[in-house]
Amino acid sequence: MIHSLFLINQSGDIFLEKHWKSVIGRSVCDYFFEAKEKAVDPENVAPVLQTPHHYLISILRGKLFFLSVIQTEVPPLFVIEFLHRVADTFQDYFGDCSEGVIKDNLVTVYELLEEMLDNGFPLATESNVLKEMIRPPTILRSVVNTLTGGSNVGDTLPTGQLSNIPWRRAGVKYTNNEAYFDVIEEIDAILDKSGTTVCAEIQGVIEACVRLTGMPDLTLSFMNPRLLDDVSFHPCVRFKRWESERVLSFIPPDGNFTLMTYHVSSQNLVAIPVYVKQNISFFETGPCGRLDITIGPKQTMGKTVEGLMVTIHMPKAVLSANLTATQGNYSYDLATKVLVWDIGKLNPQKLPNLRGSLSMQAGVPRPEENPSLNIELKIQQLAISGLKVSRLDMYGEKYKPFKGVKYVTKAGKFQVRT
Amino acid sequence: MTDSKYFTTTKKGEIFELKAELNSDKKEKKKEAVKKVIASMTVGKDVSALFPDVVNCMQTDNLELKKLVYLYLMNYAKSQPDMAIMAVNTFVKDCEDPNPLIRALAVRTMGCIRVDKITEYLCEPLRKCLKDEDPYVRKTAAVCVAKLHDINAQLVEDQGFLDTLKDLISDSNPMVVANAVAALSEIAESHPNSNLLDLNPQTINKLLTALNECTEWGQIFILDCLANYTPRDDRESQSICERVTPRLSHANSAVVLSAVKVLMKFMEMLPKDLDYYGTLLKKLAPPLVTLLSAEPELQYVALRNINLIVQRRPEILKHEMKVFFVKYNDPIYVKLEKLDIMIRLASQANIAQVLAELKEYATEVDVDFVRKAVRAIGRCAIKVEQSAERCVSTLLDLIQTKVNYVVQEAIVVIKDIFRKYPNKYESVIATLCENLDSLDEPEARAAMIWIVGEYAERIDNADELLESFLEGFHDESTQVQLQLLTAIVKLFLKKPTETQELVQQVLSLATQDSDNPDLRDRGYIYWRLLSTDPVAAKEVVLAEKPLISEETDLIEPTLLEELICHIGTLASVYHKPPSAFVEGSRGVQHKRLPGSAGSGESVESPDVASAPGVSEAPPAVIPSQGDLLGDLLNLDLTPPTTTGPPPPSSGMQMGAMDLLGGGLDSLLGGDLGGSPAMGGGFGAAPAAMPASFTAPVSGGLDDLFDLGGGVGMPMGAYSPPKTVWLPAMKAKGLEISGTFARRSGVVQMEMTLTNKAMSVMTDFAIQFNRNSFGLAPAGPLQVLTPLSPNQSIEVTLPLNTVGPVMKMEPLNNLQVAVKNNIDVFYFSCQYPISMLFAEDGKMERQVFLATWKDIPNENESQFQIKDCHLNSDAASNKLQGSNIFTIAKRTVEGQDMLYQSMKLSNGIWLLAELRVQAGNPNYTVSLKCRAPEVSQCVFQSYEAVLKN
Repeated sequence: MIHSLFLINQSGDIFLEKHWKSVIGRSVCDYFFEAKEKAVDPENVAPVLQTPHHYLISILRGKLFFLSVIQTEVPPLFVIEFLHRVADTFQDYFGDCSEGVIKDNLVTVYELLEEMLDNGFPLATESNVLKEMIRPPTILRSVVNTLTGGSNVGDTLPTGQLSNIPWRRAGVKYTNNEAYFDVIEEIDAILDKSGTTVCAEIQGVIEACVRLTGMPDLTLSFMNPRLLDDVSFHPCVRFKRWESERVLSFIPPDGNFTLMTYHVSSQNLVAIPVYVKQNISFFETGPCGRLDITIGPKQTMGKTVEGLMVTIHMPKAVLSANLTATQGNYSYDLATKVLVWDIGKLNPQKLPNLRGSLSMQAGVPRPEENPSLNIELKIQQLAISGLKVSRLDMYGEKYKPFKGVKYVTKAGKFQVRT
Repeated sequence: MTDSKYFTTTKKGEIFELKAELNSDKKEKKKEAVKKVIASMTVGKDVSALFPDVVNCMQTDNLELKKLVYLYLMNYAKSQPDMAIMAVNTFVKDCEDPNPLIRALAVRTMGCIRVDKITEYLCEPLRKCLKDEDPYVRKTAAVCVAKLHDINAQLVEDQGFLDTLKDLISDSNPMVVANAVAALSEIAESHPNSNLLDLNPQTINKLLTALNECTEWGQIFILDCLANYTPRDDRESQSICERVTPRLSHANSAVVLSAVKVLMKFMEMLPKDLDYYGTLLKKLAPPLVTLLSAEPELQYVALRNINLIVQRRPEILKHEMKVFFVKYNDPIYVKLEKLDIMIRLASQANIAQVLAELKEYATEVDVDFVRKAVRAIGRCAIKVEQSAERCVSTLLDLIQTKVNYVVQEAIVVIKDIFRKYPNKYESVIATLCENLDSLDEPEARAAMIWIVGEYAERIDNADELLESFLEGFHDESTQVQLQLLTAIVKLFLKKPTETQELVQQVLSLATQDSDNPDLRDRGYIYWRLLSTDPVAAKEVVLAEKPLISEETDLIEPTLLEELICHIGTLASVYHKPPSAFVEGSRGVQHKRLPGSAGSGESVESPDVASAPGVSEAPPAVIPSQGDLLGDLLNLDLTPPTTTGPPPPSSGMQMGAMDLLGGGLDSLLGGDLGGSPAMGGGFGAAPAAMPASFTAPVSGGLDDLFDLGGGVGMPMGAYSPPKTVWLPAMKAKGLEISGTFARRSGVVQMEMTLTNKAMSVMTDFAIQFNRNSFGLAPAGPLQVLTPLSPNQSIEVTLPLNTVGPVMKMEPLNNLQVAVKNNIDVFYFSCQYPISMLFAEDGKMERQVFLATWKDIPNENESQFQIKDCHLNSDAASNKLQGSNIFTIAKRTVEGQDMLYQSMKLSNGIWLLAELRVQAGNPNYTVSLKCRAPEVSQCVFQSYEAVLKN
């Protein structure tokens, strides 16, 4: 089971350590630092490392490494999932998961870690339960606590801990009862030089924000549930109902949670919203190259494409870019060799274009690699897979809640090869 | 207000100030002080000096303060054991608190204080908490048992906590069940034989019920525990699978992968024609694909496991090739894994797509990745024959890019393609040769040299090319030097006339100027071969090479089976069995996939199914006697204690001795003049041999020529040719062939061990079952180096006859167990009884006469030996070589009567009369012995000796 946890910042300082069994010296992290040194980029550090006496399993969240030390056989996914859960919890409590924020809330962090894991076994990881035991810091509460001598720690047993619905606390009360669902779809795709789709899939997620009094039992049904190839549910969803009727039936946790994630991989269902015409070439002679990119709408289902942005990792030899954009701004970061073109809204009448020359380091051979384009975009009010929620019903409570469903499509890992 | 304020220090010193604050009367100040202490602790500052002051704050109604003090205690109790005792009373009191939260907190914290003295006080509160009315307390207590076990295992057993823990598996609360399972699993890991998790259909049912209701983490524990169960039949297997499949839709990827493990394992038991089997296969693909859209760390673990799954059941993901396509901003560790799986899934149907992708990757930025992509193209060529042509042309395109490392990788893989498809793509050699100068990596240089040597006859300037490499011979790496030596010898054998000088140059460089023993030895072998027997040299050096296949990079099947049982664990990430690397896993049990229902026998008896290694062994190998079976199974596989010092002759020395005994001469003296065409070109080589050369040849080097192996020498005792005792199929790739011989009065077992599996074999050991003559190994099996795949090793095992005796049927039957790192294997073989004939078996004439008369006539048996064309003297000589001594000879009516005696190692004398009639090829043997059972064996030996 999980033995110890070290939090490490980008420059390689350990700024927090927590041990659930005996104390393990910091020197164990040296193996990790060695691997980090070798990997050059922090994101390339292998997540599972073997040392003579321990295993180091780490994740990178934002700019922080969460490094856990393992001594016996334990499923690595279990550890990685847990570490992400820790990071999520910090995010949830403090609104951010950064070194500064963690240092500012050290004691709460420590209490949280103690509550989340006992002897390496996860204890309470549901944010609903945790918040009942350790209240998130708010300015008001700390003022009140200072005045009254109250505390941040709940002294009654969280009801959720033992019921069959550990994710929901009892006695929830709201004056405004509301349930909102965001259907967010991300398109992961690789397009080749000619614009043909090499592979494409949709990763969908339904994020929920439910603030309902009492113990509501909700049923969410879709117009076209058979679209989904693979689904993963929040534990609250009754799998049997999904199997038999293809509806989501559940008693929701209180607050924000991810109701389900899904996956659409049948290629013909994945619409590609934009096309990219590009030409990046480096001349054999002379230290320069040429760049010409145009983006236009393809299958947008009549909606507007917003937040369009193109990112290109240029070859090392590219020194600077002298380009003109017909729309939006571009910037080229010399240090990281990343060219970013922030376009904004896509106007189908006047297609955005970026063209110009690239100047290269003299005396260096023509770069071999072709940089790929990474596209970001957003389409409001559209789930590109065509998934539609048909209705939401509530049982078990008498009031009438506000209901709402929002759709949004984004580019996930959307890449165009050149 | 943030916690960073806790770090502001004043001049007086932090510790001093904190001490004062901790002892303050004001509650609020106290709490703030403890917080400061905790804050310092989290960042690794040593605040252990404040121990007594902090512990004093423990008696409080304030839960937060209590928790903070507990946090401190857990961290520092170990360093201050005496002080920690002070806290015990409070703990015991808290365990009685009406608030379950406090009871649980107390028992939890107590378990974390790793101080021996405290554990004694912990037992009573823990016992109460395990039976607490509140499930929250029970579930906390369950984990506490595991903690306590970690500190003092004996105490836990003595106090009967393990039984209480087992009872908790039947608890009404699913969370308690999950924690009990988790605790038991952890304890079981350090207790391999304790059978703690006694899984039977009832407990399985309870676990499956709890599975639906417990937390995600609990589900992982329960699923991992389920995976250890072996269902009784395919129906049970199916019903478990049905109840586990919903877990594939869990948001937690660890739950998904643990469910995949259970399904992959239990699926083995389902008949393949079952509809449900097909349904299950289909259900497995989507969740595996979905795992790949998670965070990169999760992807990595998922990919390592998918790598195993596609090797075991490629059908699951065969249509999902595209999800493994690499995105340019994937972390490198994900890219490399994806690439590996792409090759495993490559087939004729999708090869075009795969190749297009690989070509794309070969122009990426990351050098490691590019290299692997180029290699992957080569592997595709070898795997999918139809694509070979396209692969080769893709590789040629890549060579044209002139990117240095791409060219070098391409040449390395083209070499493999040549070996897979000989005489097909040699037209590209010219292009390869153009890039000779740019090769600076040893592997690429060696590959190129191999190609030039192998195809020397088609490359006009092969000699020039090789000569150019020879210039910097000493600066090359060993790999290149060895390859260059071989290549030039090949060239010489193909074009002897023009390259004499070159071969001499390389031989002298290798033998005289090199410090590397491998290189020197290889040089000497070639030199000797070339100078003595060019025909043999040609046969050896230019021998047909076995084709390579893509199978070489697959995981060896038995290991794969074991790893499938460990899906989701560290073992699956490292692709090594857990026993190979998990520290503290004392005696990890090897897990096996259950047998398929179709195979019948494993279904009825789960006991047999759990030990397939035994059930698969042929019945002939293991006789039915109960105690005998036990003997073989309880092998400790160390040599018998009767042998103190190591045996006088190791295998190596024996081989050398044989050769010096004339074997070498007969081998080399054969057809030296057999090739006049070559002979001319050769005279020079031996003449040019340095003087120093002859010395080592006659010395230790002879053992290099151990070509004769154990095939009997004419002078020695008769030894039958080697036969296969243990076929590779029955021994997970280990093939053993062997024979017995008696050399210088020592009985020997001469074996050839061949590794036909795909993983290295080590840790060999041997043991015999009790047998008729008490044969036993006189020393350990001398296999000093690990046996690589496709490698053979000759082993000579000296035997003695002081082992335990039991009569076998047939008498000369010997049951052997051989162990290696993979398993224990059993086989039986029969030794010629002549092995046991002692050197002092010559009887005095008088004694012979008296004994012959003394033995009753019913003990006499007669045999015919047909078709033997030796005269009586020759026969007598031959028999004497095997310690069958002729005492007297009589000629009666043209018939030679030889009277012979022999003595078995156990002291039994045998008397024989051999009648040989001139012109009649049929001999008659009459045997007399007090133990007539041996006659049959002796007769067999007679026949064998005379006819060989």
